[in-house]
Amino acid sequence: MNDMRPAERAVTTKDIKFECRNCDVYYGDTHAIKDVSVDVEDKTVTAFIGPSGCGKSTFLRCLNRMNDTIDIARVEGTYLLDGEDIYDKRVDPVQLRAKVGMVFQKPNPFPKSIYDNVAYGPRIHGLAKNKSQLDEIVEKSLRRAAIWEEVKDRLAAPGTGLSGGQQQRLCIARAVATEPEVLLMDEPCSALDPIATSQVEELIDELRENYSVVIVTHSMQQAARVSQKTAFFHLGSLVEFGQTGQIFTNPKDPRTESYITGRIG
Amino acid sequence: MPIFWLILIVLAIAVVGYILGRARAMRDAGGDIRKLHSLPSYYGANVALKAAVPAFLLMIVWLLVQPIYVTSAVSGLIPDGEGTSRAEHGLVMAEVRRTADGLKNAVAGGAMSETVARDPNADPDEVTQRLKDAGQIITSQITTPVLNAAQRYRDLNATGGLLMTAGVLILSVIGMLWGIRENRADFRARNVVERGVRALLIGAASIAILTTVGIVLSLVFNTIEFFRLYPAADFFFGLNWAPSFSGRGGSSELGVVPLLWGTFYISLVALLVAVPIGLFAAIYLSEYASPRMRAIAKPMLEVLAGIPTIVYGLFALLTVGPLLLSVFGKDGLGWMQAGTAVMTAGLVMGIMLIPFVSSLSDDIINAVPQAMRDGSYGLGATQSETIKQVVLPAALPGIVGAILLAASRAIGETMIVVLGAGAAARLSLNPFEAMTTVTAKIVSQLTGDADFASPEALVAFALGMTLFVLTLGLNVLALYIVRKYREQYE
Repeated sequence: MNDMRPAERAVTTKDIKFECRNCDVYYGDTHAIKDVSVDVEDKTVTAFIGPSGCGKSTFLRCLNRMNDTIDIARVEGTYLLDGEDIYDKRVDPVQLRAKVGMVFQKPNPFPKSIYDNVAYGPRIHGLAKNKSQLDEIVEKSLRRAAIWEEVKDRLAAPGTGLSGGQQQRLCIARAVATEPEVLLMDEPCSALDPIATSQVEELIDELRENYSVVIVTHSMQQAARVSQKTAFFHLGSLVEFGQTGQIFTNPKDPRTESYITGRIG
Repeated sequence: MPIFWLILIVLAIAVVGYILGRARAMRDAGGDIRKLHSLPSYYGANVALKAAVPAFLLMIVWLLVQPIYVTSAVSGLIPDGEGTSRAEHGLVMAEVRRTADGLKNAVAGGAMSETVARDPNADPDEVTQRLKDAGQIITSQITTPVLNAAQRYRDLNATGGLLMTAGVLILSVIGMLWGIRENRADFRARNVVERGVRALLIGAASIAILTTVGIVLSLVFNTIEFFRLYPAADFFFGLNWAPSFSGRGGSSELGVVPLLWGTFYISLVALLVAVPIGLFAAIYLSEYASPRMRAIAKPMLEVLAGIPTIVYGLFALLTVGPLLLSVFGKDGLGWMQAGTAVMTAGLVMGIMLIPFVSSLSDDIINAVPQAMRDGSYGLGATQSETIKQVVLPAALPGIVGAILLAASRAIGETMIVVLGAGAAARLSLNPFEAMTTVTAKIVSQLTGDADFASPEALVAFALGMTLFVLTLGLNVLALYIVRKYREQYE
């Protein structure tokens, strides 16, 4: 028995934030996700890895019902957020998306000022009573996204004028400004250079203190660096799901091993 | 030789050149296509181009220059007494041309011998009689100077035509021989053809541009002519539009202000109708409508754009006018005197502009990247919040541009105004009164027996110039706004 043991157990018994069971997604006739079951824990970074077209982004988009905006997509299965079915008729997808924030592959700041970009979510959800409260939220979000120092003097400048890495951090600030409980990230670093990538990765690690983060990534190194749990998808099925260390050092499934060692992908 | 035959012969030379040039290149390569620099057809085309293009260019230039040269040579023959002013001189020259044509046709028809037609001392009365007998159109008695001028005119044209035919044919043959000589196996015929294609495309573009320049210049010169007859200050600042058609007196009042006011007022009403409806229709079509709905609704909306404006005019005159009259007329609110009014024309013009606004806005809204919408939805925004706060601001410059383009169409619209708004030039704020626009007045000034030298007719060019400057300004402004504020998406 050593002293680390209770702490380790505390990690493994964290609350389950998302409980997904027997999930299937169809795009028209294409069966994109086949019978996937995953538990996403609170205050943890969960990485979805897998070759292109394996359905990891599609599955991520199920978690905040972004697939609703695609006409031909059909989603089946149970998705419980804190024990409540998010596909229940009584759930408002708009409210859900405020709780489950999303950061996209390509930075997509709105054609507005930096301030208005961050204030967008709080404004539409009425999170601030007055201007000074809104200022506070904007500053807190920008600080949390580790971009405050770079933009504090030009909050009125257009968000589209920032560099790629800054834009992506602005988008993260925009997402955390609505105080979500879960943050979904769809390959957030794929359009960024290595320096911006490492900044965003650091940020993800810090965000873990407050949120449950789900990240889709093509880079296995990135998954190994930032995540605690890793899910490997292949051809629409979940092949293996477990502790990141175990997946990368001791995969149970031969397909996982092939992917990690670069033989399939 | 008629031009048509000349063209055919040059084309025939080009075809022969094509065949010979191709054969010559093949012979030089010993019948092996792989030894040629280019495909055999390029060698043929090289020769054909060299046979046809310079010849045709010469022909075009000749045809443009010859009438100018002949006219200036002949007009010296007319004594000053015959034509004093520029307009009368033009009339005499037209008479000369008619006489020359008459002589030519009479000789061709056998009614007059060549010697009589050429005789400078022939009796003008007799010539006139014989031309009339031959069925030629002669408006008045031919005088000796006119007859001599016509004979000279005929001579010069005949010589010119002969010279041109010879020149064109010689040039064509030289071009063909030159091309054939060039066609060795290593000659880069493909590159020559490529340059030819580029020259053709440049030519097409410059014709379009030169035509525009020509139109503008003709407007400018006639406008200057008008301002020589009528003071510019009275035209631009005059509050009255009352042209007199009785004759050339100074009694006409040609102030443009009432017409501009009518134009702006009707356009304003039209835009007030077209912009909200068109924009909302565009938003529905691009954001809310299902693909099937869109596939049906969009073409149906665009059918509106295909209706000729005269049909809209009928609609205004026969349907909208009486309808408005029954509500706002004597039996209703009493604001409206007759069916033709600013409101009638404006409403119908607005309907005409709906597809214009909606179609352009729809394209612009669709150009806003999906990532913008996803970003907004991902933050928990509803569809209308997303449209209002993200999509429309991103699309705004384009939408403003679309509105300005619609405005310039409204300003230039004619038929709906002629039929729907009445003909009275009036400065009034009441939208149920008849007013008229710049375009409608251009029509009414130039239809009927117009004397093109009078200010009453020339004012049409000044009006056209005003209109042109206005719409050009709007279009430039629209393009500027669209370019300057457009978000650059990848």
